[in-house]
Amino acid sequence: MLARLRKPWTDRRAERTLGAVACLTALAIVLMVVFVAQRAWPTFSHDGLSWLGSGGSLDNQIGSMQSTSATPPASAYFLRAWPLIYGTILTAGFAVFFGLAISLLTAIFIVDFAPPPLARLMTPVIRLLASVPSVVYGLIGVLVLVPFVGNHLISAGEKESVVNVIQLTGAGLLVSVVILTVMITPIMTALITDALASVPRSWHEGAVALGLNPLRATLAVSIRAIRPAIIAAAGLATARAIGEAIMLSMVSGGKAFAPNFADGPIVLFEPLRTVAAEIVEQVDGLSAPALRSSIYAFAALLLFSGFMLSLASHLARLPLRKYELSS
Amino acid sequence: MAAYEPQSSPVLVVPPHRRGRRSSLRSWRRRDQLIYLLAWSAGIALCLIAAAIVVFLAAQGLRYLDPKLLVTSPSASVDQSHSGGILDPIEGTLTLAVLGTLIATPIAVATAVWVIEYGRPRWLARIVETSIELIAGTPDIVIAIFGLAVFQLGILAPFSFRSSAGGVYGRSFLAAGIMVSLVALPLTYTATRNGLRAIPRHLREASYALGKTRITTIRRVLLPSLRADIATGATLGLGRIIGSTAIVVVLLGATLQNSPENGVPLLGFLRGTGSTLPSYILNNSPAGEGNAPQKAYAAAFVLMLMILALNWVVGRISRAGAAAGLYAGRVAR
Repeated sequence: MLARLRKPWTDRRAERTLGAVACLTALAIVLMVVFVAQRAWPTFSHDGLSWLGSGGSLDNQIGSMQSTSATPPASAYFLRAWPLIYGTILTAGFAVFFGLAISLLTAIFIVDFAPPPLARLMTPVIRLLASVPSVVYGLIGVLVLVPFVGNHLISAGEKESVVNVIQLTGAGLLVSVVILTVMITPIMTALITDALASVPRSWHEGAVALGLNPLRATLAVSIRAIRPAIIAAAGLATARAIGEAIMLSMVSGGKAFAPNFADGPIVLFEPLRTVAAEIVEQVDGLSAPALRSSIYAFAALLLFSGFMLSLASHLARLPLRKYELSS
Repeated sequence: MAAYEPQSSPVLVVPPHRRGRRSSLRSWRRRDQLIYLLAWSAGIALCLIAAAIVVFLAAQGLRYLDPKLLVTSPSASVDQSHSGGILDPIEGTLTLAVLGTLIATPIAVATAVWVIEYGRPRWLARIVETSIELIAGTPDIVIAIFGLAVFQLGILAPFSFRSSAGGVYGRSFLAAGIMVSLVALPLTYTATRNGLRAIPRHLREASYALGKTRITTIRRVLLPSLRADIATGATLGLGRIIGSTAIVVVLLGATLQNSPENGVPLLGFLRGTGSTLPSYILNNSPAGEGNAPQKAYAAAFVLMLMILALNWVVGRISRAGAAAGLYAGRVAR
């Protein structure tokens, strides 16, 4: 047996072996979908798709699921997860919006304006920001930013005004969005800078020769040419933002509350909970069947949105091939 | 070293020369001047944020990191002077890093080689590529919770252990290591694939012309010149593994101490639960149960040192590749 392995491989055998290994990745995806869907099925069969809607207090629904027995009645599966979905859309939306602006400006800065030493410095800086673990971001958030916001930005009167509904400690929308933006900006910046640097120099020079200043030339020609890459980068960053769990469970406040913009500026400090963070918070309750099914339903939702975003990024990148720019 | 060392820069490529002409800045329109200013401030701001994070963690870490912490195990105590050190989380982090990388790297390299060098049937290769993209886009927490569902199956009991009630616990170093390898896989795959793509056709053709088979060409010609790419990808994956928190919290149990199962020494350790630095930080932050910020800062400092070291290695490898390479390979993520 061993002697056979030591002999040089025939091409056919190598192809088959490597192909089998490659198929493991496809198998992983299939298994993931099957397992998550199967575990989430009770929630879908009892609530249909209406668990994505709003109604009642989510914290109370989850709380009552924890106390059900091994064979819960159908009513135990009652779930209306809109506050979580709203919280996810809100944080991810704002973070991607601000992150996109920052990373576009940074990419232009690196490619067009930065003096060469600074441009070289940006590579390790962005690599560092991208590789700081989310728990470290969360730690800085919960120990530095949350107390700062709680002590200096929220007045006592504002805390008093909502004391019967929520506690304003500083943990909430503002801190969540700020840290999430810092976390996803490096990914977008790296992708956009790569694409921008791969635009043929002559296109830019042509635009400058026609009388545009260098910045206008970049905006009118280079940025326009890499629009698909920008959309793809935003898609990947959105996927990252939606899936961020640990950091958001640390700094978003302890309540599945839906921040209300009718409250005025206080909305910035209102607590919220995202889908991914809720999974982390409730993962100890997996032994209760109703709660387990709900948690896997959240996972199914994340998986579905992740797939959709990957698909969208992939489709958005297709036009790039036409120009043979970086994809 | 071969002359055809492919260069890969894992994050971004700095263009060879800049185009800006600042001398004419005064003649620009107001709006353009504003955008120019914003671009500068965005770039500087990112540098400042990175510097602030490093300096802050270094200051806090050096303040609270007692060398004794590194060699004592954590223990449960309300009094912080008795709650022990971070020996177990460090061991756990290293174990998980080795396990995850050992699983992810061969699979990623084999997959990339198959997709680029063989890739027949075409539809299967496309499915594999799509799968890797999907894995890269799947949130860690979903991978974690999927792993829990898998490893709680009765037949996979050897990977963890049975609780006293008879159910399979599903949480162990093995389970976490296998799932965490999914996080590293796309990074190593992308680096290897891009390296393979950057190798010129004529190298392969020269080898075929000498009568070598495809697999011999891969082993004797392609893989040796891919070393830098594979190392970059594996190091990037290692960084992600070391920092991954969600999978550890769900699949490693995030217990205070590493608690090996009875039986064979090493295997028992791998089948048992434990903690890593990220889960230790989470537990000792105000958001966790321990609430000992000093210990959390000390652990975060050690974790950041590891991450910085890995980043330095990535930088070194890609610069070494740039010195030897003839072309610029690109790594998208």
